[in-house]
Amino acid sequence: MTPSERQLERERYRRHRARNRGAVAVVSTLVVLGGLVFLVAQSPGWPRVRETYFNVGDARAVLPDVAKAFWLNIRLFLVAEVFILVVAVTVAIIRVVPAPALAPIKLLATIYTDVFRGTPTILVVFLIGFGVPALGLAGLPTSLFWLGVIALTLSYGAYVAEVLRAGILSVHPTQWASGRALGLSYGQTMRHVILPQAVRRVAPPLLNDFVSLQKDTALLSTIGLVEALRVAQVDSGRTFAFTGYVVAAAFFIVATIPLARFTDYLTVRSLRRENGI
Amino acid sequence: MLRAESVRKSFGAHEVLKGVSLQVSEGEVVCLIGASGSGKSTLLRCLNLLEQVDDGDIWFDDREITDPRIDVDDVRRQIGIVFQAYNLFPHLSVEQNIVLGPVRSRGESREAAHSRALTLLDRVGLAGRAGAYPDALSGGQQQRVALVRAIAMQPRLLLLDEITSALDPMLIGEVLDVIRDLRREGMTIVMATHEMPFAREVADRILFMADGQVVESGPPEQLFTAPRDPRTAEFLARHRG
Ligand SMILES: Nc1ncnc2c1ncn2[C@@H]1O[C@H](COP(=O)(O)OP(=O)(O)OP(=O)(O)O)[C@@H](O)[C@H]1O
Ligand SMILES: [Mg+2]
Repeated sequence: MTPSERQLERERYRRHRARNRGAVAVVSTLVVLGGLVFLVAQSPGWPRVRETYFNVGDARAVLPDVAKAFWLNIRLFLVAEVFILVVAVTVAIIRVVPAPALAPIKLLATIYTDVFRGTPTILVVFLIGFGVPALGLAGLPTSLFWLGVIALTLSYGAYVAEVLRAGILSVHPTQWASGRALGLSYGQTMRHVILPQAVRRVAPPLLNDFVSLQKDTALLSTIGLVEALRVAQVDSGRTFAFTGYVVAAAFFIVATIPLARFTDYLTVRSLRRENGI
Repeated sequence: MLRAESVRKSFGAHEVLKGVSLQVSEGEVVCLIGASGSGKSTLLRCLNLLEQVDDGDIWFDDREITDPRIDVDDVRRQIGIVFQAYNLFPHLSVEQNIVLGPVRSRGESREAAHSRALTLLDRVGLAGRAGAYPDALSGGQQQRVALVRAIAMQPRLLLLDEITSALDPMLIGEVLDVIRDLRREGMTIVMATHEMPFAREVADRILFMADGQVVESGPPEQLFTAPRDPRTAEFLARHRG
Protein backbone atom coordinates (compact mmCIF):
# COMPACT_ATOMS: atom_id res chain seq x y z
CA MET A 1 0.00 0.00 0.00
CA THR A 2 1.42 3.40 -0.89
CA PRO A 3 1.12 6.11 1.74
CA SER A 4 -1.18 8.98 1.02
CA GLU A 5 0.10 12.29 -0.38
CA ARG A 6 -0.49 13.94 3.00
CA GLN A 7 1.54 11.25 4.82
CA LEU A 8 4.42 11.67 2.34
CA GLU A 9 4.37 15.40 2.94
CA ARG A 10 4.47 14.86 6.72
CA GLU A 11 7.42 12.53 6.40
CA ARG A 12 9.28 15.00 4.18
CA TYR A 13 8.71 17.65 6.80
CA ARG A 14 9.91 15.36 9.61
CA ARG A 15 13.12 14.53 7.72
CA HIS A 16 13.71 18.19 7.01
CA ARG A 17 13.20 19.10 10.68
CA ALA A 18 15.50 16.28 11.87
CA ARG A 19 18.24 17.50 9.49
CA ASN A 20 17.94 21.05 10.75
CA ARG A 21 18.10 19.98 14.36
CA GLY A 22 21.14 17.81 13.67
CA ALA A 23 22.93 20.70 12.02
CA VAL A 24 22.20 22.99 14.96
CA ALA A 25 23.55 20.40 17.40
CA VAL A 26 26.78 19.89 15.46
CA VAL A 27 27.46 23.60 15.03
CA SER A 28 26.78 24.45 18.67
CA THR A 29 29.02 21.60 19.88
CA LEU A 30 31.85 22.76 17.64
CA VAL A 31 31.49 26.35 18.82
CA VAL A 32 31.51 25.40 22.51
CA LEU A 33 34.42 22.96 22.24
CA GLY A 34 36.37 25.27 19.95
CA GLY A 35 35.87 28.13 22.40
CA LEU A 36 37.13 26.04 25.30
CA VAL A 37 40.21 24.86 23.41
CA PHE A 38 40.92 28.42 22.31
CA LEU A 39 40.60 29.73 25.87
CA VAL A 40 42.95 27.10 27.29
CA ALA A 41 45.50 27.52 24.48
CA GLN A 42 45.41 31.28 24.99
CA SER A 43 46.19 31.04 28.69
CA PRO A 44 49.68 32.24 29.65
CA GLY A 45 50.65 28.96 31.35
CA TRP A 46 49.55 26.68 28.50
CA PRO A 47 52.99 25.95 27.02
CA ARG A 48 54.23 24.80 30.43
CA VAL A 49 51.15 22.68 31.05
CA ARG A 50 51.42 21.09 27.64
CA GLU A 51 55.02 20.24 28.33
CA THR A 52 54.36 18.58 31.73
CA TYR A 53 50.99 16.93 31.09
CA PHE A 54 50.67 16.36 27.38
CA ASN A 55 54.18 15.67 26.18
CA VAL A 56 53.84 13.43 23.14
CA GLY A 57 57.34 12.02 23.42
CA ASP A 58 56.90 11.09 27.09
CA ALA A 59 53.51 9.58 26.33
CA ARG A 60 54.92 7.36 23.62
CA ALA A 61 57.72 6.23 25.88
CA VAL A 62 55.50 5.29 28.81
CA LEU A 63 52.54 3.87 26.87
CA PRO A 64 53.71 0.22 26.56
CA ASP A 65 54.53 -0.02 30.26
CA VAL A 66 51.24 1.51 31.36
CA ALA A 67 49.35 -0.72 28.96
CA LYS A 68 51.03 -3.81 30.37
CA ALA A 69 50.38 -2.68 33.92
CA PHE A 70 46.75 -1.84 33.12
CA TRP A 71 46.18 -5.46 32.21
CA LEU A 72 46.73 -6.14 35.91
CA ASN A 73 44.00 -3.60 36.76
CA ILE A 74 41.65 -5.43 34.41
CA ARG A 75 42.46 -8.79 35.97
CA LEU A 76 41.99 -7.44 39.48
CA PHE A 77 38.69 -5.96 38.42
CA LEU A 78 37.36 -9.10 36.74
CA VAL A 79 38.31 -11.42 39.58
CA ALA A 80 37.09 -9.07 42.32
CA GLU A 81 33.81 -8.57 40.48
CA VAL A 82 32.95 -12.26 40.62
CA PHE A 83 33.74 -12.50 44.34
CA ILE A 84 31.83 -9.30 45.05
CA LEU A 85 28.71 -10.63 43.36
CA VAL A 86 28.88 -13.87 45.31
CA VAL A 87 29.37 -12.05 48.63
CA ALA A 88 26.73 -9.43 47.84
CA VAL A 89 24.00 -11.88 46.79
CA THR A 90 24.67 -14.01 49.86
CA VAL A 91 24.65 -11.09 52.28
CA ALA A 92 21.59 -9.47 50.69
CA ILE A 93 19.61 -12.71 50.88
CA ILE A 94 20.66 -13.40 54.47
CA ARG A 95 19.47 -9.94 55.40
CA VAL A 96 16.00 -10.32 53.85
CA VAL A 97 15.20 -13.93 54.76
CA PRO A 98 12.57 -13.90 57.53
CA ALA A 99 14.03 -16.88 59.40
CA PRO A 100 14.40 -16.36 63.15
CA ALA A 101 16.85 -19.26 63.27
CA LEU A 102 19.26 -17.22 61.19
CA ALA A 103 19.29 -14.31 63.66
CA PRO A 104 23.00 -14.57 64.58
CA ILE A 105 24.04 -14.75 60.93
CA LYS A 106 21.74 -11.87 60.07
CA LEU A 107 23.36 -9.82 62.80
CA LEU A 108 26.79 -10.63 61.37
CA ALA A 109 25.65 -9.63 57.90
CA THR A 110 24.32 -6.33 59.21
CA ILE A 111 27.54 -5.59 61.07
CA TYR A 112 29.53 -6.46 57.96
CA THR A 113 27.61 -4.06 55.72
CA ASP A 114 27.67 -1.28 58.31
CA VAL A 115 31.40 -1.57 58.96
CA PHE A 116 32.62 -1.95 55.41
CA ARG A 117 30.27 0.59 53.90
CA GLY A 118 31.48 3.09 56.46
CA THR A 119 35.22 2.46 56.09
CA PRO A 120 37.08 4.27 53.31
CA THR A 121 38.19 1.71 50.73
CA ILE A 122 41.79 2.81 51.00
CA LEU A 123 41.82 1.99 54.73
CA VAL A 124 40.45 -1.48 53.99
CA VAL A 125 43.22 -1.88 51.43
CA PHE A 126 45.84 -0.89 54.02
CA LEU A 127 44.38 -3.10 56.74
CA ILE A 128 44.17 -6.17 54.52
CA GLY A 129 47.32 -5.49 52.49
CA PHE A 130 49.59 -4.93 55.48
CA GLY A 131 47.62 -6.46 58.35
CA VAL A 132 46.90 -9.94 57.00
CA PRO A 133 50.52 -10.79 56.11
CA ALA A 134 51.62 -9.35 59.47
CA LEU A 135 49.49 -11.93 61.24
CA GLY A 136 51.87 -14.55 59.89
CA LEU A 137 49.20 -17.25 60.06
CA ALA A 138 49.69 -20.27 57.84
CA GLY A 139 47.06 -20.66 55.12
CA LEU A 140 46.34 -16.96 54.71
CA PRO A 141 47.14 -15.62 51.26
CA THR A 142 50.37 -13.67 50.96
CA SER A 143 50.20 -12.81 47.27
CA LEU A 144 49.54 -9.11 46.81
CA PHE A 145 47.10 -9.89 44.02
CA TRP A 146 44.82 -11.93 46.29
CA LEU A 147 45.15 -9.54 49.20
CA GLY A 148 44.04 -6.78 46.83
CA VAL A 149 41.11 -8.84 45.59
CA ILE A 150 40.07 -9.58 49.19
CA ALA A 151 40.22 -5.91 50.17
CA LEU A 152 38.12 -4.78 47.19
CA THR A 153 35.67 -7.63 47.73
CA LEU A 154 35.14 -6.76 51.38
CA SER A 155 34.61 -3.11 50.63
CA TYR A 156 32.46 -3.39 47.51
CA GLY A 157 30.61 -6.49 48.68
CA ALA A 158 28.97 -4.35 51.35
CA TYR A 159 27.88 -1.69 48.86
CA VAL A 160 26.58 -4.07 46.26
CA ALA A 161 24.77 -6.13 48.91
CA GLU A 162 22.83 -3.04 49.96
CA VAL A 163 21.94 -2.18 46.38
CA LEU A 164 20.68 -5.72 45.81
CA ARG A 165 18.77 -5.76 49.07
CA ALA A 166 16.98 -2.57 48.09
CA GLY A 167 16.12 -4.21 44.76
CA ILE A 168 14.75 -7.31 46.47
CA LEU A 169 12.61 -5.26 48.84
CA SER A 170 11.21 -3.21 45.97
CA VAL A 171 9.58 -6.21 44.29
CA HIS A 172 5.82 -6.18 44.95
CA PRO A 173 4.80 -8.55 47.80
CA THR A 174 2.18 -10.19 45.58
CA GLN A 175 5.07 -11.51 43.50
CA TRP A 176 6.22 -13.44 46.56
CA ALA A 177 2.71 -14.70 47.19
CA SER A 178 2.30 -15.70 43.53
CA GLY A 179 5.54 -17.65 43.57
CA ARG A 180 4.77 -19.44 46.83
CA ALA A 181 1.19 -20.08 45.67
CA LEU A 182 2.58 -22.07 42.74
CA GLY A 183 4.16 -24.40 45.28
CA LEU A 184 7.64 -22.99 44.74
CA SER A 185 9.81 -23.07 47.84
CA TYR A 186 11.20 -19.89 49.37
CA GLY A 187 14.52 -20.47 47.64
CA GLN A 188 12.93 -21.20 44.26
CA THR A 189 10.75 -18.11 44.51
CA MET A 190 13.82 -16.03 45.37
CA ARG A 191 15.83 -17.48 42.52
CA HIS A 192 13.27 -17.57 39.71
CA VAL A 193 10.87 -14.78 40.63
CA ILE A 194 12.36 -12.18 42.96
CA LEU A 195 16.09 -11.98 42.21
CA PRO A 196 15.76 -11.58 38.43
CA GLN A 197 13.37 -8.68 38.93
CA ALA A 198 15.54 -7.16 41.66
CA VAL A 199 18.71 -7.34 39.57
CA ARG A 200 16.97 -5.80 36.58
CA ARG A 201 15.76 -2.93 38.68
CA VAL A 202 19.14 -2.15 40.20
CA ALA A 203 21.25 -2.90 37.12
CA PRO A 204 22.13 0.76 36.45
CA PRO A 205 23.32 1.58 40.01
CA LEU A 206 25.01 -1.83 40.15
CA LEU A 207 27.02 -1.17 37.00
CA ASN A 208 27.81 2.25 38.37
CA ASP A 209 29.40 0.56 41.36
CA PHE A 210 31.41 -1.59 38.99
CA VAL A 211 32.69 1.43 37.09
CA SER A 212 33.79 2.77 40.45
CA LEU A 213 35.43 -0.56 41.27
CA GLN A 214 37.39 -0.44 38.04
CA LYS A 215 38.85 2.90 39.10
CA ASP A 216 39.51 1.78 42.65
CA THR A 217 41.82 -0.98 41.49
CA ALA A 218 44.31 1.93 41.39
CA LEU A 219 44.15 2.08 45.20
CA LEU A 220 46.04 -1.20 45.25
CA SER A 221 49.16 0.64 44.11
CA THR A 222 49.48 1.71 47.75
CA ILE A 223 50.25 -1.82 48.91
CA GLY A 224 52.85 -2.28 46.19
CA LEU A 225 50.95 -3.81 43.28
CA VAL A 226 52.59 -2.61 40.09
CA GLU A 227 49.47 -1.58 38.23
CA ALA A 228 48.90 1.35 35.87
CA LEU A 229 48.95 4.13 38.47
CA ARG A 230 52.10 2.75 40.08
CA VAL A 231 53.87 2.66 36.70
CA ALA A 232 52.77 6.22 36.01
CA GLN A 233 54.15 7.29 39.40
CA VAL A 234 57.50 5.73 38.68
CA ASP A 235 57.57 7.34 35.26
CA SER A 236 56.70 10.72 36.72
CA GLY A 237 59.60 10.39 39.15
CA ARG A 238 61.88 9.80 36.20
CA THR A 239 60.66 12.57 33.84
CA PHE A 240 59.66 15.11 36.52
CA ALA A 241 56.42 15.55 34.55
CA PHE A 242 52.89 14.22 34.69
CA THR A 243 52.23 12.86 31.22
CA GLY A 244 52.40 9.32 32.60
CA TYR A 245 49.39 10.05 34.83
CA VAL A 246 47.43 11.39 31.90
CA VAL A 247 48.17 8.24 29.94
CA ALA A 248 47.03 6.08 32.86
CA ALA A 249 43.88 8.18 33.21
CA ALA A 250 43.15 7.64 29.53
CA PHE A 251 43.29 3.87 30.06
CA PHE A 252 40.83 4.07 32.94
CA ILE A 253 38.47 6.25 30.93
CA VAL A 254 38.56 4.03 27.88
CA ALA A 255 37.96 0.93 30.02
CA THR A 256 34.86 2.35 31.69
CA ILE A 257 33.19 3.40 28.45
CA PRO A 258 32.13 -0.13 27.39
CA LEU A 259 30.63 -0.65 30.85
CA ALA A 260 28.71 2.60 30.60
CA ARG A 261 27.35 1.76 27.14
CA PHE A 262 26.47 -1.72 28.37
CA THR A 263 24.43 -0.16 31.19
CA ASP A 264 22.53 1.95 28.67
CA TYR A 265 21.93 -1.06 26.47
CA LEU A 266 20.61 -3.19 29.34
CA THR A 267 18.29 -0.47 30.53
CA VAL A 268 16.83 0.07 27.09
CA ARG A 269 16.50 -3.63 26.38
CA SER A 270 14.64 -4.48 29.56
CA LEU A 271 12.37 -1.48 29.10
CA ARG A 272 11.58 -2.54 25.57
CA ARG A 273 11.04 -6.17 26.48
CA GLU A 274 8.68 -5.45 29.32
CA ASN A 275 6.77 -2.72 27.55
CA GLY A 276 5.78 -4.36 24.37
CA ILE A 277 6.64 -6.10 21.14
CA MET B 1 -13.22 -31.26 50.25
CA LEU B 2 -12.31 -28.10 52.17
CA ARG B 3 -13.46 -27.33 55.66
CA ALA B 4 -12.53 -24.42 57.86
CA GLU B 5 -13.57 -24.23 61.49
CA SER B 6 -13.51 -21.12 63.68
CA VAL B 7 -10.60 -19.57 61.83
CA ARG B 8 -9.21 -16.51 63.53
CA LYS B 9 -6.71 -14.04 62.20
CA SER B 10 -5.54 -10.68 63.52
CA PHE B 11 -3.14 -8.10 62.19
CA GLY B 12 -1.74 -6.48 65.31
CA ALA B 13 -4.67 -5.44 67.44
CA HIS B 14 -7.08 -5.60 64.50
CA GLU B 15 -9.01 -8.87 64.44
CA VAL B 16 -9.95 -9.48 60.81
CA LEU B 17 -11.35 -13.01 61.02
CA LYS B 18 -13.34 -13.68 64.18
CA GLY B 19 -14.02 -17.37 63.89
CA VAL B 20 -14.94 -18.14 60.29
CA SER B 21 -16.29 -21.56 59.40
CA LEU B 22 -17.07 -22.81 55.93
CA GLN B 23 -17.26 -25.97 53.94
CA VAL B 24 -16.76 -26.54 50.22
CA SER B 25 -17.56 -29.79 48.44
CA GLU B 26 -16.00 -31.20 45.33
CA GLY B 27 -17.18 -29.46 42.16
CA GLU B 28 -18.89 -26.64 44.04
CA VAL B 29 -18.58 -22.97 43.14
CA VAL B 30 -18.74 -20.74 46.22
CA CYS B 31 -18.82 -16.95 46.01
CA LEU B 32 -17.66 -14.79 48.90
CA ILE B 33 -19.29 -11.41 49.05
CA GLY B 34 -19.09 -8.67 51.63
CA ALA B 35 -18.05 -5.09 52.15
CA SER B 36 -14.54 -3.94 51.51
CA GLY B 37 -12.35 -4.80 54.48
CA SER B 38 -14.65 -7.59 55.67
CA GLY B 39 -11.79 -10.09 55.39
CA LYS B 40 -12.47 -11.92 52.12
CA SER B 41 -8.89 -11.67 50.88
CA THR B 42 -7.51 -12.57 54.27
CA LEU B 43 -9.70 -15.66 54.41
CA LEU B 44 -8.60 -16.82 50.94
CA ARG B 45 -4.95 -16.27 51.84
CA CYS B 46 -5.43 -18.30 55.01
CA LEU B 47 -7.01 -21.16 53.04
CA ASN B 48 -3.90 -21.25 50.84
CA LEU B 49 -1.59 -20.98 53.87
CA LEU B 50 -0.16 -17.71 52.63
CA GLU B 51 -1.23 -16.34 56.00
CA GLN B 52 -0.83 -18.30 59.19
CA VAL B 53 -4.06 -18.55 61.15
CA ASP B 54 -4.09 -17.49 64.82
CA ASP B 55 -6.60 -20.14 65.77
CA GLY B 56 -8.98 -22.65 64.24
CA ASP B 57 -8.48 -25.57 61.85
CA ILE B 58 -8.51 -25.95 58.11
CA TRP B 59 -8.98 -29.37 56.57
CA PHE B 60 -8.23 -30.23 52.98
CA ASP B 61 -9.63 -33.66 52.20
CA ASP B 62 -8.73 -35.53 55.37
CA ARG B 63 -5.59 -33.61 56.09
CA GLU B 64 -5.43 -30.86 58.68
CA ILE B 65 -3.38 -28.28 56.77
CA THR B 66 -3.09 -25.88 59.70
CA ASP B 67 -0.76 -28.47 61.24
CA PRO B 68 2.72 -26.92 61.11
CA ARG B 69 4.25 -30.30 60.23
CA ILE B 70 2.59 -30.60 56.82
CA ASP B 71 4.35 -29.75 53.55
CA VAL B 72 2.89 -26.37 52.65
CA ASP B 73 4.31 -26.43 49.14
CA ASP B 74 2.47 -29.66 48.50
CA VAL B 75 -0.82 -28.13 49.70
CA ARG B 76 -0.28 -25.08 47.50
CA ARG B 77 0.29 -27.28 44.47
CA GLN B 78 -3.27 -28.50 44.94
CA ILE B 79 -4.87 -25.17 45.83
CA GLY B 80 -4.37 -22.51 43.18
CA ILE B 81 -4.93 -18.82 43.82
CA VAL B 82 -5.27 -15.78 41.57
CA PHE B 83 -5.05 -12.27 42.99
CA GLN B 84 -6.59 -8.99 42.02
CA ALA B 85 -3.38 -7.67 40.37
CA TYR B 86 0.40 -8.18 40.10
CA ASN B 87 -0.08 -11.89 39.47
CA LEU B 88 2.25 -12.35 36.54
CA PHE B 89 6.03 -12.29 36.70
CA PRO B 90 6.99 -9.30 34.52
CA HIS B 91 10.45 -10.62 33.63
CA LEU B 92 9.07 -13.83 32.14
CA SER B 93 7.08 -14.31 28.94
CA VAL B 94 3.52 -15.57 29.12
CA GLU B 95 4.63 -19.11 28.40
CA GLN B 96 7.50 -18.99 30.91
CA ASN B 97 5.06 -17.70 33.53
CA ILE B 98 2.82 -20.69 32.94
CA VAL B 99 5.45 -23.44 32.87
CA LEU B 100 7.48 -22.21 35.88
CA GLY B 101 5.22 -23.87 38.48
CA PRO B 102 4.67 -27.19 36.67
CA VAL B 103 8.39 -27.56 35.88
CA ARG B 104 9.98 -26.31 39.11
CA SER B 105 7.41 -27.28 41.66
CA ARG B 106 5.67 -30.32 40.16
CA GLY B 107 8.76 -31.63 38.42
CA GLU B 108 7.08 -32.01 35.04
CA SER B 109 9.09 -32.20 31.85
CA ARG B 110 9.47 -28.97 29.90
CA GLU B 111 7.81 -30.48 26.85
CA ALA B 112 4.72 -31.64 28.72
CA ALA B 113 4.35 -28.31 30.53
CA HIS B 114 4.92 -26.39 27.32
CA SER B 115 2.31 -28.24 25.30
CA ARG B 116 -0.27 -27.96 28.07
CA ALA B 117 0.46 -24.23 28.37
CA LEU B 118 -0.26 -23.78 24.67
CA THR B 119 -3.47 -25.83 24.83
CA LEU B 120 -4.72 -23.80 27.80
CA LEU B 121 -3.76 -20.49 26.21
CA ASP B 122 -5.65 -21.49 23.12
CA ARG B 123 -8.73 -22.16 25.21
CA VAL B 124 -8.71 -18.63 26.62
CA GLY B 125 -8.06 -17.15 23.18
CA LEU B 126 -4.44 -16.21 23.74
CA ALA B 127 -2.63 -18.84 21.71
CA GLY B 128 -0.82 -16.16 19.72
CA ARG B 129 0.57 -14.37 22.77
CA ALA B 130 2.68 -17.14 24.33
CA GLY B 131 5.90 -15.23 23.70
CA ALA B 132 4.64 -11.82 24.84
CA TYR B 133 5.69 -10.19 28.11
CA PRO B 134 2.93 -9.39 30.61
CA ASP B 135 3.22 -5.61 30.29
CA ALA B 136 2.40 -5.91 26.61
CA LEU B 137 -0.99 -7.45 27.46
CA SER B 138 -4.23 -5.75 28.40
CA GLY B 139 -5.47 -6.17 31.99
CA GLY B 140 -8.07 -8.70 30.88
CA GLN B 141 -5.49 -10.70 28.96
CA GLN B 142 -3.17 -10.65 31.97
CA GLN B 143 -5.86 -12.03 34.24
CA ARG B 144 -6.69 -14.75 31.73
CA VAL B 145 -3.02 -15.73 31.69
CA ALA B 146 -3.00 -15.69 35.49
CA LEU B 147 -5.95 -18.09 35.45
CA VAL B 148 -4.19 -20.33 32.95
CA ARG B 149 -1.07 -20.30 35.10
CA ALA B 150 -3.08 -21.43 38.12
CA ILE B 151 -4.91 -24.11 36.12
CA ALA B 152 -1.68 -25.39 34.58
CA MET B 153 -0.75 -26.61 38.06
CA GLN B 154 -3.81 -28.90 37.82
CA PRO B 155 -5.10 -27.80 41.21
CA ARG B 156 -8.06 -29.49 42.84
CA LEU B 157 -9.33 -26.22 44.25
CA LEU B 158 -9.07 -22.74 42.81
CA LEU B 159 -9.24 -19.57 44.96
CA LEU B 160 -9.99 -16.35 43.09
CA ASP B 161 -9.65 -13.02 44.86
CA GLU B 162 -11.62 -10.32 43.07
CA ILE B 163 -9.79 -11.07 39.89
CA THR B 164 -11.91 -8.67 37.85
CA SER B 165 -12.00 -5.70 40.21
CA ALA B 166 -8.99 -3.96 38.68
CA LEU B 167 -10.41 -4.26 35.16
CA ASP B 168 -12.40 -2.00 32.87
CA PRO B 169 -16.00 -3.14 32.45
CA MET B 170 -15.17 -4.02 28.85
CA LEU B 171 -12.54 -6.54 29.96
CA ILE B 172 -14.45 -8.15 32.82
CA GLY B 173 -16.59 -10.26 30.52
CA GLU B 174 -13.71 -12.10 28.89
CA VAL B 175 -12.33 -13.12 32.30
CA LEU B 176 -15.72 -14.21 33.60
CA ASP B 177 -16.17 -16.38 30.49
CA VAL B 178 -13.10 -18.35 31.49
CA ILE B 179 -14.58 -18.94 34.94
CA ARG B 180 -17.87 -20.12 33.40
CA ASP B 181 -15.87 -22.66 31.36
CA LEU B 182 -14.01 -23.87 34.42
CA ARG B 183 -17.25 -24.35 36.27
CA ARG B 184 -18.66 -26.37 33.39
CA GLU B 185 -15.64 -28.66 33.62
CA GLY B 186 -16.33 -29.27 37.28
CA MET B 187 -13.54 -27.22 38.87
CA THR B 188 -14.06 -26.47 42.54
CA ILE B 189 -13.86 -22.72 43.02
CA VAL B 190 -14.03 -20.27 45.92
CA MET B 191 -14.13 -16.72 44.66
CA ALA B 192 -14.37 -13.33 46.31
CA THR B 193 -16.20 -10.95 44.04
CA HIS B 194 -18.08 -7.69 43.76
CA GLU B 195 -19.82 -8.82 40.56
CA MET B 196 -23.21 -9.58 42.07
CA PRO B 197 -25.02 -10.61 38.87
CA PHE B 198 -22.16 -12.96 38.04
CA ALA B 199 -22.11 -14.42 41.54
CA ARG B 200 -25.83 -15.01 41.28
CA GLU B 201 -25.38 -16.75 37.94
CA VAL B 202 -22.44 -19.09 38.62
CA ALA B 203 -22.45 -19.72 42.34
CA ASP B 204 -23.85 -22.88 43.83
CA ARG B 205 -23.67 -21.15 47.17
CA ILE B 206 -22.97 -17.64 48.37
CA LEU B 207 -21.29 -16.70 51.62
CA PHE B 208 -21.85 -13.21 52.93
CA MET B 209 -19.10 -11.92 55.21
CA ALA B 210 -19.35 -9.05 57.64
CA ASP B 211 -17.53 -8.13 60.83
CA GLY B 212 -15.01 -10.92 60.39
CA GLN B 213 -17.62 -13.63 60.24
CA VAL B 214 -19.72 -15.53 57.75
CA VAL B 215 -23.05 -13.98 58.50
CA GLU B 216 -25.14 -15.89 56.05
CA SER B 217 -24.71 -18.66 53.54
CA GLY B 218 -27.13 -20.12 51.03
CA PRO B 219 -28.03 -20.72 47.41
CA PRO B 220 -27.97 -17.51 45.37
CA GLU B 221 -31.72 -17.28 44.76
CA GLN B 222 -32.55 -17.55 48.43
CA LEU B 223 -29.80 -15.20 49.55
CA PHE B 224 -30.53 -12.56 46.93
CA THR B 225 -34.30 -12.63 47.18
CA ALA B 226 -34.86 -13.48 50.83
CA PRO B 227 -31.80 -12.68 52.92
CA ARG B 228 -32.23 -13.78 56.51
CA ASP B 229 -29.79 -11.39 58.17
CA PRO B 230 -30.49 -7.65 58.13
CA ARG B 231 -26.81 -6.95 57.34
CA THR B 232 -27.07 -9.07 54.19
CA ALA B 233 -30.21 -7.23 53.16
CA GLU B 234 -28.56 -3.89 53.67
CA PHE B 235 -25.41 -4.88 51.74
CA LEU B 236 -27.43 -6.23 48.82
CA ALA B 237 -29.62 -3.15 48.74
CA ARG B 238 -26.50 -1.03 48.27
CA HIS B 239 -25.12 -3.28 45.55
CA ARG B 240 -28.21 -3.74 43.49
CA GLY B 241 -27.63 -2.38 40.04
N1 LIG C 1 -0.96 -7.63 55.85
C1 LIG C 1 -1.84 -6.90 56.56
N2 LIG C 1 -1.42 -6.15 57.60
C2 LIG C 1 -2.29 -5.42 58.33
N3 LIG C 1 -3.60 -5.36 58.09
C3 LIG C 1 -4.10 -6.07 57.07
C4 LIG C 1 -3.24 -6.87 56.24
N4 LIG C 1 -4.00 -7.47 55.30
C5 LIG C 1 -5.26 -7.05 55.52
N5 LIG C 1 -5.34 -6.22 56.58
C6 LIG C 1 -6.56 -5.61 57.11
O1 LIG C 1 -7.51 -6.63 57.23
C7 LIG C 1 -8.80 -6.15 56.90
C8 LIG C 1 -9.45 -7.09 55.91
O2 LIG C 1 -8.71 -7.04 54.71
P1 LIG C 1 -9.10 -7.91 53.44
O3 LIG C 1 -8.14 -7.55 52.40
O4 LIG C 1 -9.17 -9.33 53.84
O5 LIG C 1 -10.55 -7.38 53.08
P2 LIG C 1 -11.44 -7.69 51.82
O6 LIG C 1 -12.72 -8.22 52.31
O7 LIG C 1 -10.70 -8.54 50.88
O8 LIG C 1 -11.67 -6.26 51.21
P3 LIG C 1 -11.76 -5.81 49.69
O9 LIG C 1 -13.13 -6.10 49.23
O10 LIG C 1 -11.49 -4.34 49.75
O11 LIG C 1 -10.69 -6.54 48.94
C9 LIG C 1 -8.62 -4.74 56.39
O12 LIG C 1 -9.04 -3.87 57.41
C10 LIG C 1 -7.16 -4.61 56.16
O13 LIG C 1 -6.73 -3.31 56.47
MG1 LIG D 1 -9.76 -8.19 49.00
